[in-house]
Amino acid sequence: MTELSRRFFLTRSAVLGCSLAASPLLTPVTFAAAPWDTRLIVIILRGAMDGLDAVQPYGDPNYAGLRSSLAGGPQNGALDLDGFFSLHPALGALAPMWKAGELGFAHAVSTPYRDKRSHFDGQDVLEAGTDTLQGGVRDGWLNRMLQEVPGVKADTAYAIGAGEMPILKGKAPVANWAPEATLSLSPQAERLLGIISESDPAMHAALAEAALLSAMDTPSMSSNMTRDMQNNRMGGQHLKIAEFAAKRLREDARVASFSLNGWDTHRFQERGLKAALGELADTLVYLKQELTGPVWKKTAIVAMTEFGRTARENGTKGTDHGTGGLMVMAGGAIRGGKVYGDWPGLDTSDLYEGRDLLPTRDVRAHAAWIMQAMTGLDQSALERVIFPGLDMGSNPGIVL
Amino acid sequence: MLAGIIAPDTMADRFPIEPFSKFRDRMVASDKLRRTLRDNRGKPQAKVAQKRRNLLKKEARIDMTRWLGMSMLRRTYTDTAFFERLVYFWGDHFSATGKAGVIKRATSPYIEDGIRPYVGGRFSDLLISAVTHPVMLQYLDQDRSIGPQSERALKSGKAAGLNENLAREVMELHTLGVDGPYTQQDVRELAELFAGLSFQPNQGRKFRKDYVEPGAETVLGVTYDDAYSIKPVHAVLEDLAVHPATARHLSWKLAVHFVSDRPDPALIDHLTARYVETGGDLMQVYAALLEHPAAWTPEGANIKPPVEFVGSAMRALAVEPIVVTGMTEKGVRNVILTPMAVMGQTWQKFSGPDGWPEEDSAWLTPQGLSGRVRWAMEGPQLLRPDLPDPRAFVDTALGSFAPEDVKFAASAAESKSEAIGLVLMSPAFQRR
Repeated sequence: MTELSRRFFLTRSAVLGCSLAASPLLTPVTFAAAPWDTRLIVIILRGAMDGLDAVQPYGDPNYAGLRSSLAGGPQNGALDLDGFFSLHPALGALAPMWKAGELGFAHAVSTPYRDKRSHFDGQDVLEAGTDTLQGGVRDGWLNRMLQEVPGVKADTAYAIGAGEMPILKGKAPVANWAPEATLSLSPQAERLLGIISESDPAMHAALAEAALLSAMDTPSMSSNMTRDMQNNRMGGQHLKIAEFAAKRLREDARVASFSLNGWDTHRFQERGLKAALGELADTLVYLKQELTGPVWKKTAIVAMTEFGRTARENGTKGTDHGTGGLMVMAGGAIRGGKVYGDWPGLDTSDLYEGRDLLPTRDVRAHAAWIMQAMTGLDQSALERVIFPGLDMGSNPGIVL
Repeated sequence: MLAGIIAPDTMADRFPIEPFSKFRDRMVASDKLRRTLRDNRGKPQAKVAQKRRNLLKKEARIDMTRWLGMSMLRRTYTDTAFFERLVYFWGDHFSATGKAGVIKRATSPYIEDGIRPYVGGRFSDLLISAVTHPVMLQYLDQDRSIGPQSERALKSGKAAGLNENLAREVMELHTLGVDGPYTQQDVRELAELFAGLSFQPNQGRKFRKDYVEPGAETVLGVTYDDAYSIKPVHAVLEDLAVHPATARHLSWKLAVHFVSDRPDPALIDHLTARYVETGGDLMQVYAALLEHPAAWTPEGANIKPPVEFVGSAMRALAVEPIVVTGMTEKGVRNVILTPMAVMGQTWQKFSGPDGWPEEDSAWLTPQGLSGRVRWAMEGPQLLRPDLPDPRAFVDTALGSFAPEDVKFAASAAESKSEAIGLVLMSPAFQRR
């Protein structure tokens, strides 16, 4: 895209007035850095990861009895972490990161969401960062974090991939992009598209953003739709997303968020979880590889899921929707090599409603302390605005 | 508009999609080959069986892509677009896809005989058809769910038990809605009631008495006796189908899909009342939707999801059936399936049992719109090599609603294909 046509598109947007006033794209892309130099990546694990299988409490006397086909522990090929917890073999690629102190976990955590165990409400609560969905939610907590900081630009934060990322939705400017979506248009077609979409502000703004992001993302302008799309089907979408995230984060972006799916393992969990954990491990390894040297040192990656699963294996070698779950943390900025959290125990009387791992800490508290350390935001802003009503409690010291 | 819903299904005759009753033959054959394979490890027979099984899977994959083309041709040539949209709506409401093996390709066949014939009837019949369908049973892990105290569980001695997935989604997604008046205990009891719903490739739906959890189950305060048959399952689904919470949930969903992300509450009330009055007679509910003035206000018109955008573009272009039916699998993938995936909707690959999002914001993303623009500029000429005159196409696509700026753009574009693309990308075409 030429500079001229881009400007044309943007002035056209400006003429539209107030409904677009919040659009990040009225500001030309300046690549201005955010006021901090750290990188925060939040990965949403959609489908409710079984934390008890990912990081197995094999030292708990009741663990083995709850799980027959899903028995973990070092005797079943898992990697011992600290004599109590072991790491699922499918996360084996992360062993060096654990040893280097760049990988940690928080166990028995959850959002305040309880009892209905709906994925979709669970994810909405997780991404809204609120106690409930009552009263309606307008924005996500990662966006509210950006709203607290002056000088944030559209390219400070990226929501990456084809799916929606409510966690980054809100008033602060954020770029949404999927690595396969690159657009190439003749300047004339682009100009005309700008004109005909003017009557539809929402569409117009999204098209303008697409044009800008394409301009930044295009390796060659002659990219052919069919070829690109075929390449996309070759698999490894998670790595394409990681590659795109790393590319942006090496430059001016400071925040990125995307999803990894495939965690809803009601049956034959062994197979399903292996695949999902493998993608997570690949993604983390890839991010470390691409966020080379000094950038990795300043990076914190947090992977969160909407809730945990039943402590007991169900009748179909899987697990059903539960409550307490696991948070995964990685990056050079993380004080890893440690499983954080107060272990509630797995005796039936210790379980939530006799079936789920009891959450002993709000997952938002961990996220809040990480954000506090990464951005220097006030604790009061975190507890009142970003996570309204949250009590952060004592600082677990997750960030170095 | 309504008459077409219960008229003879001419589109199904003209652009056939294999019903599941037929698709099952593939599963039987695949199963047989799997057994041959297992019993002859290392022998030449195994090799032959493996080859034939792979071929079977490949054929199913090719046909799945072909059925996408058929589905689009139905949208292109139907006289009752509302009916095709209803089939899409209910197919999405009851999202289901097989998990492994050939059944992974069975979503179109499932919709063909599990959903399509029921969209003009009572909701309870549609609900029973969809929830007890083999594809749904596999998708939501019901087929192996066994009552913990059932004959089967006691005999096997091994860990055998319930799976809550289908029971939860039936209440949360298919009937009452997540805010509906049910508890975890209701989910559990419904799962116990469902135990026994199963299927075998060679028999289809099969109710397994030995999976039944002994003792009566209570769901939403109603107790269902054990009949060791599918009867209590039908009874509970009949009750869930006419529950007032279901009436409201479905009315809201229909209004959101067909009218606006934020439908007029009066419209939802109107639909709910008709639903309750008629015990979930869907034709009556659609009539209530069409007759209500709030359904006809142009404000807040929804953006078309990619399936509908591509379908309506093909209709506007009057794509010749032979162009689609004559395409290779790769052709359909490159021209229809993959572009739709970039727009955010991968054909029949739902990200969850809640189906595709309804909100405009889910589709009006930079990445999704970028996919639409790319397809609008490049797709039409692949589907219709003799592109129509763009100035005439404005009228075909937009009729009397054609805005001046779109007419201008269609005549000012540098090439025919760009002009057509611009018309398809105009807000008037993107929204419905």
